[in-house]
Amino acid sequence: MSALLDRLGRTGRFLWGGWAGVAALALLAALWQAGHEAYGDFILPAPLATIHAAADILSDPAHWAIFRDTMQRALAGFALSALIGGAAGLAAGYSPATLRLARPLITVILGVPPIAWLVLALIWFGSTGGMVIVTILVGVVPLVFAGTAEGVAARDRGLDAMAQVFGAGPVRRFVSVGLRQMLTHLFPALMLGLATSVKVAVMIEVLASVGGIGNELARARQYMDVTEALAWIGIAVAGLIAVEYGLVHPVRAEFERWRDAARPWGVKR
Amino acid sequence: MSAALDIRGMSQAFLGREVLSGITLAVDPGEVVALVGPSGSGKSTLIHVAAGLIDPREGRITRRYRRHAMVFQEPRLMPWATAEDNIAFAARLAGQPRRAAREAARAAAAAAHFAAEDLGKFPVELSGGMRQRVAIARALVVRPDFIYFDEPFTALDVALKRRMQDLVLDATGAGHFGAVFVTHDLSEAARVAHRVMVMHPTGQGIDGERRVPGLPGARSEAELFALTQTWLHEDRLFRHIHDVDERRIA
Repeated sequence: MSALLDRLGRTGRFLWGGWAGVAALALLAALWQAGHEAYGDFILPAPLATIHAAADILSDPAHWAIFRDTMQRALAGFALSALIGGAAGLAAGYSPATLRLARPLITVILGVPPIAWLVLALIWFGSTGGMVIVTILVGVVPLVFAGTAEGVAARDRGLDAMAQVFGAGPVRRFVSVGLRQMLTHLFPALMLGLATSVKVAVMIEVLASVGGIGNELARARQYMDVTEALAWIGIAVAGLIAVEYGLVHPVRAEFERWRDAARPWGVKR
Repeated sequence: MSAALDIRGMSQAFLGREVLSGITLAVDPGEVVALVGPSGSGKSTLIHVAAGLIDPREGRITRRYRRHAMVFQEPRLMPWATAEDNIAFAARLAGQPRRAAREAARAAAAAAHFAAEDLGKFPVELSGGMRQRVAIARALVVRPDFIYFDEPFTALDVALKRRMQDLVLDATGAGHFGAVFVTHDLSEAARVAHRVMVMHPTGQGIDGERRVPGLPGARSEAELFALTQTWLHEDRLFRHIHDVDERRIA
């Protein structure tokens, strides 16, 4: 019963924290409105008009399919990247020699802009959904890899020794001590990776005609329809926010309850 | 009676530099041996090797006890787990089922005078002394017959240190376990131990040992004070105890 109440309390607190987010969005909308009034409808349509346009777009089921296309690609790319990057990062974190070999590679891979990978992927794979996923992989795997590897390398070896003294074998030490410490470093990398996945997916869709939100953006550009373009951008961002706050944040909050304990309400927040 | 812990001719080196050599030491069952020595003499390394955390370069270590536990210099609590879960973690590792581990954790916390209402708190919410109590409870929960103490109370203030020593004295009195207690505080050594061993200042063996008269917990403050004064000012065995090797600190 008390566990249920505790959970309810934490969920309520999470939702209540949404007010701060709403306030920030309202501030952004106010600035946007000011820009609209200064530059007129053609350059910057009003936020309300954009929201109406977005609502219009979403009232058509065919448009939902376009939205789903993009999100599916982004999420598939992200999930694959998390798996590959996470597994490789774990291996590298526990083997310092591998990490030393991998670091310069990561710098090289991250230094090449995603748009360059896109050109290569277009030549190699043609305009397909798979090409989108491959390009996301190239952009996101190094991020997750670096986060995981650093997380493992920066673990508190004292806790490892503690578990060993009390009789934990290597597997048990990894599961109950190593993994938990790695998650702290992994979550920021995952959030960055998720945002990058959506951005890369939309960008590729703009440049290569593979459908999705990016395709609609390219069309809006052709007709110089700023309202339509902004509406689609808003929809893409809303999709990202929904995944981040609906999935990543609750999972993180569950794993990092102790951090909340360190900053009680109304004292250090 | 065969020794609970028997170390013979042990040596250890880090990166080619020998930090311990020719260490021979035996601890009887139920006996508390304090290991003292100046900083940098390899006391911590010695008990980490004895506890099996580091493999020795040479020598033989025989452990004839059933199960050991360790209290480290820092509490070494898992920050993501509550006090109760931290204690229960050790009980689970000792093979107890979940529910039994939980109950054992509560009992051990009570034995370490850790308030039951604080068991649900995370380590960040606890003071230094409370954290060290959790670490002691975690060591007691596995019902060890041997405990390694690695300068466990160095970071605590004097009053708290005495309370913690009393806890150890209570537990040694009731639990019948042997222990190696590493410390650089002679009065602490005299208070908790049956026997005090002095390390060579650079880890080349054990210089010698002194049996402390009387039983731990039954010695008066005056006796302890007189004893440590004699050790410090008249006993040549303890002449290096407050030496500091500057090279190792830099």
